[in-house]
Amino acid sequence: MTETQIWALVFVALTFSVYIYIAWRSRVRETRGFFVAEQNVPAIANGAAVAADWMSAASFISMAGLIAFLGSDGSVYLMGWTGGYVLLALLLAPYLRKWGKFTVPEFVGDRFSETVRSVAAVVAIIVSFTYVVGQMAGGGIVFSRFLEIPQAGGVAIAAAVIFTYAVFGGMKGITWTQVAQYTVMIVAYLIPAWAVAHTITGIPVPQVSFGRILEELNALQAEFGLDQYTQAFTARPQLDVFLVTMALMIGTAGLPHVIIRFYTTKSVRGSRWSALWALVFIALLYTTAPAVGAFTKFNLLQGVQGQPVDALPQWVQNWQATGLVSVSESADTITSITNKATVFADGGADLLVNNDILVLASPEIAGLPAPIVGLVAAGGLAAAMSTAAGLLLVISSSVSHDLYFRYVDHHASEARRLGVSRIAMGLAVLVAIYFGINPPAFVAQVVAFAFGLAASTFFPLLVLGVFWKRTNAAGAVSGMLAGLAFTGSYMIHTLEVFGTSAHEYVFGISPEGIGTLGAVVNLVVTIVVSLATRPPSHEVQEMVEQIRYPAEREEVGAN
Amino acid sequence: MSDDVMTPEGGPPPGGGEANGWRKEYWRKNLRLMVVLLIVWFAVSFGCGILFVEQLNQVVIGGFPLGFWFAQQGAIYTFIVLILVYAVRMDRLDREYGVHERNHDGGLT
Repeated sequence: MTETQIWALVFVALTFSVYIYIAWRSRVRETRGFFVAEQNVPAIANGAAVAADWMSAASFISMAGLIAFLGSDGSVYLMGWTGGYVLLALLLAPYLRKWGKFTVPEFVGDRFSETVRSVAAVVAIIVSFTYVVGQMAGGGIVFSRFLEIPQAGGVAIAAAVIFTYAVFGGMKGITWTQVAQYTVMIVAYLIPAWAVAHTITGIPVPQVSFGRILEELNALQAEFGLDQYTQAFTARPQLDVFLVTMALMIGTAGLPHVIIRFYTTKSVRGSRWSALWALVFIALLYTTAPAVGAFTKFNLLQGVQGQPVDALPQWVQNWQATGLVSVSESADTITSITNKATVFADGGADLLVNNDILVLASPEIAGLPAPIVGLVAAGGLAAAMSTAAGLLLVISSSVSHDLYFRYVDHHASEARRLGVSRIAMGLAVLVAIYFGINPPAFVAQVVAFAFGLAASTFFPLLVLGVFWKRTNAAGAVSGMLAGLAFTGSYMIHTLEVFGTSAHEYVFGISPEGIGTLGAVVNLVVTIVVSLATRPPSHEVQEMVEQIRYPAEREEVGAN
Repeated sequence: MSDDVMTPEGGPPPGGGEANGWRKEYWRKNLRLMVVLLIVWFAVSFGCGILFVEQLNQVVIGGFPLGFWFAQQGAIYTFIVLILVYAVRMDRLDREYGVHERNHDGGLT
């Protein structure tokens, strides 16, 4: 065992025991604990849990690497994955919390109809599954590199730990482990970032100091024949940057596992403040990520530039074993670099570096000591596991609460409901393990699917449901299906999935950006169909009215 | 405080007319606040970060081309401020209309 492996093992074992201890402390006996953590989570803790729930393997492992290769256009992820919280805080969180039940489809059921609820439950399951696959695969990468456990074994170990706290503690267990996981994740992200920033610029505040290397980085990129790092719209056309950013924002605000986290606060007011805390905690990582991207790219290019193949830095060799870094056999010295496997296979570059490894490898690339490298491994796992657990809860609650008890067993007792929810959770974990071992595509690409679908289905549905009383069931269901069909078919048209072949983008719009247009389609269809059919009942309109006010009006001061 | 701008605009006399007149007023103020914040949200992220990024990039501060800085840093800081303003002002609005929750949570305390 190398020194790095020992440290990785120490940190991973330590953090895993903390998670299991928390799970033991927060096991639940009621469905209210299982689904919404007894609605008793303080705003700041809930904010940390949202942040951990939200920041996935994609944020922690892939994002800075993506930014490093995208340059300026990496901003689609930075703005897209934070701007959604403004929408969430202003448009959804307080109202859904006021209404206060267990799941997102349940709100849809009360607001519209049971049919819409079932459609929403199925969509929630599909969205969450596409997303959970990425988490499992991300966890597997960490295990295979740092502990040299085969990916399958790594996925199984991570899943077993998630199983323990998710099945016994439900949302309560998940919430408090997420608070711990946020802490692990952010420490693991910031320490190497501070160290790298300090080493290169002498200022340990990466957010400020990466400005100092941008000019040099631009020059270095030019020597490798790459576009200027700070030049906008080199990776995507402007229209696509706009659409992708919007799709990620409204997708964020429409993701069931994010929304459901706002059901667990103590009050409506708590949900607003917890959105603020969530974004503060997320921003700590998200403002650091572009700095990590720039610094790592800088180090990477400097480290390999013009080097003979047999004199490359040690990290290249370490990561070659995972297949995520490859050196071209025909190359003598490194003069070009790519992150695209297809380009590399055609002999278009001397060195292939996968996006997903840049954060994990950045301490090694910068030559930081072994304990820090080990800490990053624990952080990557915390990111993957916390998000996976939140998603599995959505899957379990949709299956049990929204589908099973509606159609199969109406009169289930409390104990039975809890039992069924636990079984659903267990099965979801098993399916997730399977897909984690056989992942369909890149971690970040898989996640992009989930956003497009959430953007084009849930977001318009929920916003209209809260803000426009006239929205009715017929409108909601046709809007949701239209958005889903539009977005889904464009994705299948442009991507190689389920054995279909990829076609050209229409107007340069990428599959990640199509969710924005899908949302517009949904919105228009919902409004048109709602207006053409009967308005919702008086009771429903009164319910929509009621969720606007956090509490009953106090008589003091009135009249 | 600029809060005064948002208080009653000579609405219906209290107690008279509709008993629920306050509801409309509360909701209108909520919507107005929301729209103002969303305009800022759009202007900073989509405006400075995407639509006018190239023009802003002509200006360089601390090594950062300005458009690039908005897209990768500034927009995120702005989002935080927007939610902060919303949470503070809604707390105030809720109290003003007596619809605040008596079981307290959150806030900076």
